[in-house]
Amino acid sequence: MFLQLVISGISFGSLYALVALAMVIIYKTSEVPNFGQGEMSMLSTFVAYALLVTHSHSFIFSFIGALLFAAALGIFLEFVFLRRAKDPNILSLILITLGFQMMLYGLASWKWGADQRDLPFPVSDFDVINLGTAVISYLNIATILITLVLMFMLFLFFKYTKVGIAMKATQQNVMAARINGIRTNRILSLTWAMSSMIGAVAGILLAPIATLDPNLMLDPLLKGFAAAVLGGMTTLVGAALGGYMLGVIENLFGGYISLEFKSVVAFGIIVLVLCFKPSGLFAKHYVRKV
Amino acid sequence: MALLEIKNIETFYTLIYALRGVSLTVEEGTITAILGNNGAGKSTILKTVMGLLDDQPDKGTIEFMGKRIDGKDPEVIVRMGISYVPEGREVFEELSVKENLLMGAYIRKDRAAIKKDFNQIYKYFPVLKEREEQWAGTLSGGEQQMLAIGRALMNRPKLLFLDEPSLGLSPILVKEIFEIIKTINQEGATILLVEQNARMALSISDIGLIIENGRFVMKGKSKELMEDKDVQEFYMGMRSEESAKGYQRWKRKKRWR
Repeated sequence: MFLQLVISGISFGSLYALVALAMVIIYKTSEVPNFGQGEMSMLSTFVAYALLVTHSHSFIFSFIGALLFAAALGIFLEFVFLRRAKDPNILSLILITLGFQMMLYGLASWKWGADQRDLPFPVSDFDVINLGTAVISYLNIATILITLVLMFMLFLFFKYTKVGIAMKATQQNVMAARINGIRTNRILSLTWAMSSMIGAVAGILLAPIATLDPNLMLDPLLKGFAAAVLGGMTTLVGAALGGYMLGVIENLFGGYISLEFKSVVAFGIIVLVLCFKPSGLFAKHYVRKV
Repeated sequence: MALLEIKNIETFYTLIYALRGVSLTVEEGTITAILGNNGAGKSTILKTVMGLLDDQPDKGTIEFMGKRIDGKDPEVIVRMGISYVPEGREVFEELSVKENLLMGAYIRKDRAAIKKDFNQIYKYFPVLKEREEQWAGTLSGGEQQMLAIGRALMNRPKLLFLDEPSLGLSPILVKEIFEIIKTINQEGATILLVEQNARMALSISDIGLIIENGRFVMKGKSKELMEDKDVQEFYMGMRSEESAKGYQRWKRKKRWR
């Protein structure tokens, strides 16, 4: 039973890790936790659904279409709403992202209604591989693998590409980035596009396990946020590890202690982390010498 | 033709009238030094020219190689060939030294030449080579200053702005950095230098200007300025002769007030 709980914990944790990554990428550039993240990926998942079921395109086509939509949505929201904010402080930016959340939630409810739908996924949740005392479904394997590949791509992007390094530079010092000729506004658009796409992948991987309705990402968003706080809002690696840890801890708690209170774990963790190590477990932030 | 021509610019920080009509020409191949006390407006000139202050200059024009650049974004101005070493270094603290230098060459595409310039920078500042893989935030103040200068040079500027390169450095390091500035100039870059350390700045520059309360009050060849009694007393800390009685009943007055 322990192994089983850990395996499905890792699978759920992958999704939390993706949501956490999406949040951290935006947090590092715009310095705002994007509470519209969940609804952005929910809407992208609905676009995948519309392409796949309503217009009966192939899965790959719908997947790519949803990703492109997600990128466009991220750029649009940042450009049209966030960038217009005059002399923004953190609180007003957070309120704007809450605005996205309500707006997109309303949009999805209006277009697709509150019906629970099923997103047909090419990999089955019921076919399993036996691992002795535990089983792992193909869907779980796919989720874990896709997440790992995505993270590896992100790692390569931030480590070796010029744009990736410029993105880190912008996150650290906007003025210095500008005087080196980095077009920081474009970098900002790019971060929103990337983050939105990562969120969309999480949504599409989640939809076959949960049911597709406008509430799809409500819970995962909060969990992803908890994971980011746990690992550290300023580190990508930390956020990803936080996601996995949260998934496993939550599942073990649900298995051994109380299934009803499973969801409370995430919030308990937020409280504990904020009490004892507010910067997160894995944050190794450079502290400026005075 | 002058490389940079600033005509009568006025800059405000919301309600503070920081530059009150400043005109300045920088000739190609020279080192020009701007001296002045805290808050006189030295750095503001550089920031205004770089386009870092939104909607400034309020009045006046700035021309670089015959083209108007006032009101343009820093991203555009950098691409025209001006590099800026900001006050307080402003390196990317959580990027390695190498990545910092790479960002300096962000706008360039010529890979082979970039590699050559890396070696050139490491020749100027050998310590950066040793610390290549370290986070810039872990460097000492002097090393960060070297990195900031190196980063600005990576863009092969025609005109280099240096904002207080001596800030917070030990006298030996200051000397070292100024010698390198001199070398950089001899190898072709025009330099506009803003400094509080008047003695050091005048010793390497060709032309010196003195700014007070947002206006230039003096301009001249650096050698001549160094010999000027006012400059010596007010900016280089030399005292005029004491009187025979052992105390002074008069104070030297600045000419420009």
